[in-house]
Amino acid sequence: MWKTVLRRFLVMIPQLFVLSLLIFIMAKFMPGDPFTGLITPETDPNVIEELKIKAGLYDPWYVQYYNWITNAFQGDFGDSYTFKVSVSSLIGERAMNTFWLSLLSVILLYAIAIPLGILAGRYQDSLLDKGIVLYSFISYAIPTFVLSLIFLFMFGYHIPIFPTSGTVDVSHDPGTWGYFWSKVYHMLLPAITYALLATTGVIQYLRSEIIDSKSMDYVKTARSKGLPISKVYTKHIFRNSLLPIAAFFGFTITGLLGGSVFIETIFGYPGMGQLFISSIASRDYSVITTLVMLFGFLTLLGSLLSDIIMSIVDPRIRIE
Amino acid sequence: MTQQTNSTENTAKDTISSPPTGFQVILREFKKDKLAMFSLILLGLIIVGIYVASLFIDQEELMRISIRGKYAEPGEGFILGADHGGRSILGQLIIGARNSITIAIIITIITGIAGVVIGLVTGYFGGLIDNIFMRIIDFFLTLPTTMIIIVFVTIIPKYNVAAFILIMSLFLWIGTARLIRSKSLSESRRDYVSASKTMGTRNSTIIFKEIMPNISSLIIVELTLNFAGNVGIETGLSFLGFGLPPSTPSLGTLVSYAANPEVLSTKLWVWLPAALLILVLMLGINYVGQALRRSADARQRLG
Repeated sequence: MWKTVLRRFLVMIPQLFVLSLLIFIMAKFMPGDPFTGLITPETDPNVIEELKIKAGLYDPWYVQYYNWITNAFQGDFGDSYTFKVSVSSLIGERAMNTFWLSLLSVILLYAIAIPLGILAGRYQDSLLDKGIVLYSFISYAIPTFVLSLIFLFMFGYHIPIFPTSGTVDVSHDPGTWGYFWSKVYHMLLPAITYALLATTGVIQYLRSEIIDSKSMDYVKTARSKGLPISKVYTKHIFRNSLLPIAAFFGFTITGLLGGSVFIETIFGYPGMGQLFISSIASRDYSVITTLVMLFGFLTLLGSLLSDIIMSIVDPRIRIE
Repeated sequence: MTQQTNSTENTAKDTISSPPTGFQVILREFKKDKLAMFSLILLGLIIVGIYVASLFIDQEELMRISIRGKYAEPGEGFILGADHGGRSILGQLIIGARNSITIAIIITIITGIAGVVIGLVTGYFGGLIDNIFMRIIDFFLTLPTTMIIIVFVTIIPKYNVAAFILIMSLFLWIGTARLIRSKSLSESRRDYVSASKTMGTRNSTIIFKEIMPNISSLIIVELTLNFAGNVGIETGLSFLGFGLPPSTPSLGTLVSYAANPEVLSTKLWVWLPAALLILVLMLGINYVGQALRRSADARQRLG
């Protein structure tokens, strides 16, 4: 078991290395340098030139790469050109916002998908099952930005029951229940949108898993010893089907990150996805490279997490 | 006379005994699934309609800004109203849909060819080539693709439609290659491939004339679903402003006017038709793809 985790972890290191190299090359192609923002009409070009030499911008690329990556490991990603603060402090707060939004989305996702998947599997081929399958098909086919806009229009403007942007009302003090509730309330519409869009995988998996389990011997045994059918579902089938769902968890995180660019931009939610789009618009390259690196790292972490959970759940797939 | 009846009897027997092939199966599936048939006809009508209508629209004329028609409501000189520049929404809808569909088709073809060829070859030969490509594919799978495409779009100096298609294709062949590889891998262990090898058939002939036709139904399904996916990705990126360049309007560009809260809340006619058209296209293409997938798998067929 630990061998698998270690092996999987070691595979991640070269992937991270190639990713960082790719991002470094991309960053080199971006116009401008950390001092572009400092130039004013009174600046002496020689001073800037000296600063550039001091910062190592004329070093060979591998020296620059080495410096960049060692600084990044120490949490120093440079400064934002537009906000004039360090990138790590700029991203820190946004990262927490994205984290809370993702957490709520995942909770809602499972709260919607698990009952629907179980019902569809249990009452296979019934009208209910057909409805759920149709729903999961539609949610799979709708692009994120279209549903987000329609929801924002319907529940933000047409029937204004949800706020249309921001994370919290300014009238509340941090630490109070009102503040907490206001935060959740602001996250609710984007989280519901995301959860509805992402349910497809879980519903379809759970449904086919339950349909398969129905004809298994352990279910027959449970039935023949007189267990009521609802108990069989809750105590036997559900538990067995739930394990693979847990393994999906890592991929869910990956999907969330990709969707956050759209969802946060549309719902005006100041997280990392929205920061990414606004940094692109203002050509704030140190923020962009850090965000791409961070998203790449989190994606890798998500697939690592999936593999680890999977190897705990299913010993057959452990790498030896 | 007797001969004639005999021959008709024979042909009747032939049709009964031979299992339905390729196209017949698909046709039967669509006949059985009314919704899929409806989606197919609707899609055909929309696509043909858009291409024919776009022939009658002069794009320069359409994109000319006139202040007089600013946010004209539907019916006030424009059938579907006008945007902030007084440009006809209907015209932009047709041109945008044409551009979005054309580009999605081109990307589907490019990524389809790359994915199918790479998948077939790596799956067939296995060994070192397969290992190298699998590592590359594994790496691509862990990339935050949306963000990297956006970065590429912003740093390319001469950005145009061709550049956009290339950037998209660079990242979108992965899924197809992976799927085709796994299928080609199992297919090349089959007896007919071994038999063909023993007879001394060239590898290229085995791959493209023997294995490929056997997984053609899978390829068709994959391409259809990719087409839907590409429409979604292109319109999504154009919506964010990192898709087609401004000179080539897309359905996503039209929806992106809704980024202005005033347009979103009060000027529905500007963005809703494009959003609904994207929705209809995505649902339709995906539904047709699902029906094709069912007909490709004997266990799932309805008809």
